[in-house]
Amino acid sequence: MYRPRVIPVLLLRNSGLVKSVAFKDYRYIGDPINAVKIFNDKRADELVFLDITASKENRLISLEFVHKVGDEANMPFAVGGGIRNVKDIRSILENGAEKVVLNSVAYEKTDFIKAAADSFGSSTIVVCIDVKKNLFGNYKLVYKNASRKIEDNPIEFAQKMEEYGAGEIIIQSVDKDGTYQGYDLELIRKVAESVTLPVIGLGGAGDYKDFTKCIKSGLASAVAAGSLFVYHGPRRAVLISFPTKSELKNMFE
Amino acid sequence: MLVIIDYGLGNLRSVFKKFKELDVTSIISSDIKVIQAADKFVLPGVGHFKYGMENLKKLNIIDILNEKVITQKTPIFGICLGTQLFSKHSEEGDCEGLGWIDSEVVRFNVSDRIKYKVPHMGWNNISILNGNILNTNINEEENFYFVHSYHLICEDQSDIWMTTKYDYEFVSAISRDNIFGTQFHPEKSQDAGLQLLKNFVDL
Repeated sequence: MYRPRVIPVLLLRNSGLVKSVAFKDYRYIGDPINAVKIFNDKRADELVFLDITASKENRLISLEFVHKVGDEANMPFAVGGGIRNVKDIRSILENGAEKVVLNSVAYEKTDFIKAAADSFGSSTIVVCIDVKKNLFGNYKLVYKNASRKIEDNPIEFAQKMEEYGAGEIIIQSVDKDGTYQGYDLELIRKVAESVTLPVIGLGGAGDYKDFTKCIKSGLASAVAAGSLFVYHGPRRAVLISFPTKSELKNMFE
Repeated sequence: MLVIIDYGLGNLRSVFKKFKELDVTSIISSDIKVIQAADKFVLPGVGHFKYGMENLKKLNIIDILNEKVITQKTPIFGICLGTQLFSKHSEEGDCEGLGWIDSEVVRFNVSDRIKYKVPHMGWNNISILNGNILNTNINEEENFYFVHSYHLICEDQSDIWMTTKYDYEFVSAISRDNIFGTQFHPEKSQDAGLQLLKNFVDL
């Protein structure tokens, strides 16, 4: 039986792992390579690494880092942060990643998505769409770590990404990030219903039940989370976890 | 020597790493001399069928592969696009393949495009239709990792090794004599995938 993927999303800043709340209040979590080792042991399905300051600082995520993850990771992994051209993607894939995550460039050079999908195949190209609700409760797209906003509708943008050849879409709620309040199921469902490619929900997972909801009500094809996999307990002690085989089985039955 | 054929598509490092984990030395190459001397092949790959064939042609290695695989019966293991390339033809780019397996590669034709997203991406189990020598310790309950929008349709049912259900049953692995291929990625399928690669190495 088909089982949706459960994907830890790990944020990098200055080569350390960090975790945020609503894209703010970054807290240092630990060494990323050590995290990969633990996720190996726990048999995580897939990993996503995002260098959250790369785009703002006009640089690419460290290839040396990607290589190190490639040496260590037993699972497929995707990498994002400052990707601007085909050469960047090629270097990242050559260093062992399976996929790239595109965000800022999808807004600033939308045609590039087409070129990227043509060169590497759609299944290599993941577009991350960060969404924030404005004061009137309307969804707006944000990028460059939520520092820039554009007046565009997430659904139309997701459809455009599909048309341009993206293979997967991560739909991330900035407001829910790190809150443990559950996914923005309405947003995820709207996007998932409007495209025929896999949609991954991200932002707000508070427990494993939220994963089930994201798939069943949100109609996502995969679930992603940050805090839930790196923190433990009400005091948010750093402790890496991942559901067991039987938990995964029960979650999506 | 086990040769991982490098035709410019896919993550060759992850395959190489898995063999290393099994204490098997492999070499990533597209050199005709290296291919000539090989006693086992892996044809990996992610990407577009047509580019895959074009790259094999550009590298001028199709003749030597035919000689090794068809005439000399050197074992070969295809992964994902690699397996698709064994077919006679693909819809993707309307392109002829290597023609080793009497099959056609078609796009997923799902009944509900919102419920069954394409690419079929994630974990799924397999049913073994025709067992073969690589089935040792491979359990139908095990999940394997899939990423693909196209799959094979076999003319000859005896070429079907495994099937998997995603909306409908599709061919998830083929085998014929010395030719083996999976639609899923054993190199990314954790323990079960490693077992499968081990079985191939132990051949």
